[in-house]
Amino acid sequence: MEGAGHVTQLTPVLSATWGLEHSWNFDTYRAHGGYEAATKALAMDQADIIQAVKDSGLRGRGGAGFPTGMKWGFLPADDGGPRYLVVNADESEPGACKDMPTMMAAPHTLIEGVVITSFAIGCDHAFIYVRGEVIHVYRRLMKAVAEAYDNGWLGTNIKGTGFNLDVTVHAGAGAYICGEETALLDSLEGRRGQPRLKPPFPAVAGLYARPTVVNNVESIASVPSIINHGVDWFTSMGTDKSKGMGLFSLSGHVNRPGQYEAPLGITPRELLEMAGGIRDGHTLKFWTPGGSSTPIFTDDHLDVPLDYESVGAAGSMLGTRSLQIFDDTTCVVRAVERWTEFYKHESCGKCTPCREGTYWLDLIMRRLETGRGTMADIQQLLDTCDSIAGRAFCALGDAATAPVISSVTLFREEYERHVTEGGCPFDPAASALFDYDSAPEEAHA
Amino acid sequence: MTYDESTAKLLAKDAAEIFARYPVRRSALLPLLHLVQSVDGYVSPDGIQFCAEQLDLSSAEVSAVATFYTQYKRRPNGEYQLGVCTNTLCAVMGGDEIWRQLSERVGVGHDETTADGKISLERLECNAGCDYAPVMMVNWEFFDNMTPESALQLVDDILAGKDLVPTRGADKVVSFKEASRVLAGFDDGRADEGVSAGRPSLAGLDKAKEQGWKGQDT
Amino acid sequence: MSATADKVPTTTDLVTVMIDGLETHVEKGTLIIRAAEQVGIEIPRFCDHPALEPVAACRQCLVEVASPGPDGNLRAFPKPQPSCSMPVTEGMVVKTQYTSEEADRAQKGVMELLLINHPLDCPICDKGGECPLQNQAMSHGWDESRFVDTKRVFEKPLLLSSEILLDRERCIMCQRCTRFSQEIAGDAFIDLQNRGAMQQIGTFNEDVLGFDGYGPVGAAAEDESGNAFSSYYSGNTIQICPVGALTSAAYRFRSRPFDLVSSPGISEHDSSGSALRTDHRHGKILRRLADNDPVVNEDWITDKDRFAFTWQNQADRITQPLVRKDGELVEASWPEALAAAAAGLTAAIGKTGTPADSKAKGVGVLPGGRVTMEDAYAYSKFARLVLGTNDVDARTRCSSDEEQAFLGATVAGTGLGVTFAELEKAPTVLLVGFEPEDEGGVVFLRLKKSAGRQSVITVASHLTRGAQKLGATLVPTVPGHEARVLASLKGTNATYKELRQPGAVIVVGERAAGSAGTLTAVGALAKRTKAKVAWIPRRAGERGAVEAGALPGLLPGGRDAAAAAARGAVATAWGTSSLPQTPGRDADAVIAAAAAKALDALVIGGVDDSDLTGDLLKAVKTAKFTVSLEVRRTAVADAADVVLPVAPPSEKSGTFVNWEGRLRAFGTAIRTDAMSDHRVLDLLARQMGTDLGTATVDAVNAELASLGAAPAGHRPTVPAEPAPAASQKSTNVAGEMVLASWHQLVDEGALQDGEPHLAGTGRVAVARVSPATAQRLGLHGVVTVTGKRRGSIDLPLAVTEGMVDDVVWVPTKSPGSWVAHQLGVHPGQTVVVKGAAA
Ligand SMILES: Cc1cc2nc3c(=O)[nH]c(=O)nc-3n(C[C@H](O)[C@H](O)[C@H](O)COP(=O)(O)O)c2cc1C
Ligand code: SF4
Ligand code: FES
Repeated sequence: MEGAGHVTQLTPVLSATWGLEHSWNFDTYRAHGGYEAATKALAMDQADIIQAVKDSGLRGRGGAGFPTGMKWGFLPADDGGPRYLVVNADESEPGACKDMPTMMAAPHTLIEGVVITSFAIGCDHAFIYVRGEVIHVYRRLMKAVAEAYDNGWLGTNIKGTGFNLDVTVHAGAGAYICGEETALLDSLEGRRGQPRLKPPFPAVAGLYARPTVVNNVESIASVPSIINHGVDWFTSMGTDKSKGMGLFSLSGHVNRPGQYEAPLGITPRELLEMAGGIRDGHTLKFWTPGGSSTPIFTDDHLDVPLDYESVGAAGSMLGTRSLQIFDDTTCVVRAVERWTEFYKHESCGKCTPCREGTYWLDLIMRRLETGRGTMADIQQLLDTCDSIAGRAFCALGDAATAPVISSVTLFREEYERHVTEGGCPFDPAASALFDYDSAPEEAHA
Repeated sequence: MTYDESTAKLLAKDAAEIFARYPVRRSALLPLLHLVQSVDGYVSPDGIQFCAEQLDLSSAEVSAVATFYTQYKRRPNGEYQLGVCTNTLCAVMGGDEIWRQLSERVGVGHDETTADGKISLERLECNAGCDYAPVMMVNWEFFDNMTPESALQLVDDILAGKDLVPTRGADKVVSFKEASRVLAGFDDGRADEGVSAGRPSLAGLDKAKEQGWKGQDT
Repeated sequence: MSATADKVPTTTDLVTVMIDGLETHVEKGTLIIRAAEQVGIEIPRFCDHPALEPVAACRQCLVEVASPGPDGNLRAFPKPQPSCSMPVTEGMVVKTQYTSEEADRAQKGVMELLLINHPLDCPICDKGGECPLQNQAMSHGWDESRFVDTKRVFEKPLLLSSEILLDRERCIMCQRCTRFSQEIAGDAFIDLQNRGAMQQIGTFNEDVLGFDGYGPVGAAAEDESGNAFSSYYSGNTIQICPVGALTSAAYRFRSRPFDLVSSPGISEHDSSGSALRTDHRHGKILRRLADNDPVVNEDWITDKDRFAFTWQNQADRITQPLVRKDGELVEASWPEALAAAAAGLTAAIGKTGTPADSKAKGVGVLPGGRVTMEDAYAYSKFARLVLGTNDVDARTRCSSDEEQAFLGATVAGTGLGVTFAELEKAPTVLLVGFEPEDEGGVVFLRLKKSAGRQSVITVASHLTRGAQKLGATLVPTVPGHEARVLASLKGTNATYKELRQPGAVIVVGERAAGSAGTLTAVGALAKRTKAKVAWIPRRAGERGAVEAGALPGLLPGGRDAAAAAARGAVATAWGTSSLPQTPGRDADAVIAAAAAKALDALVIGGVDDSDLTGDLLKAVKTAKFTVSLEVRRTAVADAADVVLPVAPPSEKSGTFVNWEGRLRAFGTAIRTDAMSDHRVLDLLARQMGTDLGTATVDAVNAELASLGAAPAGHRPTVPAEPAPAASQKSTNVAGEMVLASWHQLVDEGALQDGEPHLAGTGRVAVARVSPATAQRLGLHGVVTVTGKRRGSIDLPLAVTEGMVDDVVWVPTKSPGSWVAHQLGVHPGQTVVVKGAAA
């Protein structure tokens, strides 16, 4: 690790062009080095591309951190039938807000990544599954795809190489679970987005039961930079096992929330400082390192390097690097109650532990937050979590228990106060960004 | 089937265009349901039947899908769908209060529509705009850093017949039906409208510039 | 004597696993849950069902698993694993709830979660007492629920169809019902609706799902029936539902399982010989269930098998013999009735010893196609030995001499032929005059099992929804032209090539008899291709009747009644010097002869006059004397002179021979005084001075066994050349077209009486024509079909894509469409179709 006093510098790579006028256009992208990686890649051996991505140590940016090159390597040998690349652009994890700006401001970064990846894995039809609730992102993607066709980067015989590729941009319709890769595939096949039994894994039988690679937007968008600047450049960033740069999304009670692209391993303290610190007059209370599905941290964890290993060792997960930051005005029970409601709302319903467990958790959390709970309820929360975690069909069930278990562990006395005081000891108005009384409702009546 | 002949024809033509995007026809179901909403303003029983016939499915199989996803509405939706994120972060930052005031003002609750068919309200789950909290979505366009005041202003503008302008999005909010058509994959030519990114999206970039960091360079 | 035997697969690939400390060797790929069963360890489960693809959704079966890593060291999975979806691997160590605290805690946790929203209404629930959830909660659950909040409630119950009800609050989302419907039946009429905690099973129901509608949606409607859950197999979902969420209108709240007596049986509804279980109380059947029989019906039966049993206990059930006195049928004692019957028949065969004998014209015997093999044998023997005639025919449907030759030469006495398993494995199946879903019952499910892997080709007028579910290809054929179409399958023809693949099967239905040359052409095609032939009739007794020789030209074992040697062999066995030589009349001819006073008397078993194109009632009324052996006061019984009550299948024992040639023996489920036909005939023969030797099932079977199958020389021969197909001359009658028709599985057949809930799931009757034909004749709305005589049928038109032109299809005996009765024609003959007068 770096010595004290070292400042980790931000490394805008994916986000480098976001500030440009009409950054989403093909011409803008091209003028700033766009599609040079694709040009390079199409002249490479497919296996060499895969090897480069393996060597780069790029790990999936969608949350689980699985090595991307290794995933591509799992595809069985070509049997002459189709194989697919599916880009996971569902981004629905509470706190995650990096893929949407990427596709809004620089969709060609993703398209170029899709071209390179598809070429490398031998795919001639790729899909981008975007959550349906972001119409302008969808427009920009459709436009970028059209431009890529117009400029010969998609379609048949791309740049005279004989490589063909079609890209379909597909809008979801509102379901967090469709971010889970097998649920996504079912959804893309026109079904209810419920996770599939594994094995077979998507690499063997994915979309239409054909070999399929599913990767997050940021993972694929990172590929052109690796091809362009080389493996060494990429591995010069990050830590031993968590290489490269990534987008860190800071939201909540910080002075300058937003996207901070930095090498993995940067500390939350550094990021907080760059974001101007906790809003004035307040102190940090708790935060999520990787979205609501990762156990919460407090200011005790501000020096945990944000890489997979360190965050894991500290008891949480790097996830999507979505730092939702809450200050001392925030009631942790209220926060967790709302997340629990979210998981209940988004449980797909397939498996018992998650379907019934989140239903029950939500009832208990509501009771506790509104002061109708008992001390036994706090234990029941943990017991119910025990019946969900590790028993559910997919990771959503586990995720639902993360905020509950971690908050009870870290803030048990706050739960107890809700019981003993018969209500929430916090004023919700205090955590809002505006004064609750400032809006004269009558003026609009 | 109660679609009149010309509607049925148009739907079938659009459906054929959707089918062409996929190697397997059934993949068209989600876009088809968006398409139905672009015609009926919700997933109508006729729309279910239409999808079933197009894909050779039972109506139960179609409603199984339609009722799984929250964007598919079961009753005629308002021309403007106002969504307030009330997931934890936005709720804490003020989303709860925005929702309270908005709901009180409009007089309808979650997933309900005003009698004049103008406005539907919805409590949203996280819409991937946390760095812009509190967030609202109108017909799935981003309205960032909202306050109760700016939220109520939207209602005033809708009632006054004014266009709504999203923070990050097209030059104006198109109607729910028009938006549904875009989600079905039919371009409305507005991609070039609006900003590249909002300020928070550029926060890191600004900081790097300010510090003279050149991490992106090799 | 049932020939059912489970074929044990020969295994070479065994792996060794340790389950709760017990070492066992199981076939590679076996799921942990089944491997555990093999060593007697029961892991609780809900979504798991051996016939369905694993989904691992309920999570009740979690166990601890460890398996050797690449270094050979045992590695434990970090989380408990679903044993219903994980296959065993070499060296795996499994710990179930019995030896693993972790597995036990996981299972109890899941059980608790399953119960939080499950009502505590076991005392009024149909499943109470036989409920997997109840049982497993008792054995594997915690004693007390810690759930103090309000349970999810639903308005109850939901009618999925007229027969199937759903109580949603009891449902535990195992998806067995939806998976059965999709995977096994191919009827995806129910599916999961909504998401998460609000997820439920259902149809597309606007009200339930909160959709804004604008009036009923035309054919929201899954088929023309307008039925939402219109599946012939829907009742199986009730049986596999692990809780009481699915119930039947017929059984709901009727009984408690511990009050019922269960008896195994064989379905009387079709020629599959499906194994079923009859649950009864105080002599009354309350329900029927599928019995697992791996070689025949596996886990499933049709809704007809399951729900159609009330017919035998209707108010018109005959319990006492009836004798006509002064024009009225009155109850009589058995001796009196037997005496009266004997007297009438003796006169008709000219054995009274009076001068009138010289004018006696004989007796015709119509056993009907629903009796057991033992009954059919008794009819055959009674006709030949007592009545001295070959005028006996169990086929009360369209039939032909060609068919008789075909049956005698290739079906009777050939033992087990094509089997269900062979049908499932066949690379190619050609269907001729056979509609699996409507006419085959569980045959359809076997073919469905192979859908996608098997090429099904159907020679028919149009592709039905059932055939579509099998992925079948249509060889469009005008009824009557089958022989010509089959003859064209040769050389480079693709179907011909497919049929030449080893294991290919040609299935021919009973309707083929109505199309001249077809059966002969099938025989010739089978010879050319080396494909095997399966004859699949509709009624349960058809194959048995063929075996027993209850056909005019056939003696038991496939012996040709026209062959002296064959007759001689049977005569010897029956202890008589000779058997009648005069060629027998078939059923149509018997009826015509009686009507024309060329026969004096009739002996009729379970024959429904409305199934016949000929006018049986007129024949009965014209004949001097008729003996009816019936269960109920049918029109035939009402017109008879003596009515002898016989037992329905549940009150007797015997054997149905299924289409495979498999003997499906069954015992008496409910003991009553009712006697089987063979016993009654034995008494009647005795009364007439002959010992028929058919008093018991055992006696009949001993005789049949000693007779055995006919040797080659004793069988009839099939005509070598296909007889020329009847060419349908087009007359100049406007709207004249060829009739296509068959029975829908659920229709107005006599054995479905008294079960309105089942009837409600039947498909609505329609008249189908091709688009071109509809256009040519300007047909739309309702059409009227008229036959040669009798009445006409008015049905809504269903213009059917891909159908042959100038053919109209109507169901044979559905509401408003009784073809034989109303039109008096057979398929292949012509009818006139016109737009109905407004
Ligand atoms: C409930 C759930 C939601 C998920 N949502 C997303 C998502 O929105 N976007 C995403 O890229 N991955 C999501 N994932 C992770 C995906 O399953 C998968 O790991 C990822 O798309 C793989 O891509 P990567 O290797 O490039 O990260 C989710 C997983 C779960 C269990
Ligand atoms: S944990 Fe179970 S119910 Fe929850 S989303 Fe995954 S499969 Fe569905
Ligand atoms: S029986 Fe294994 S998960 Fe349901």
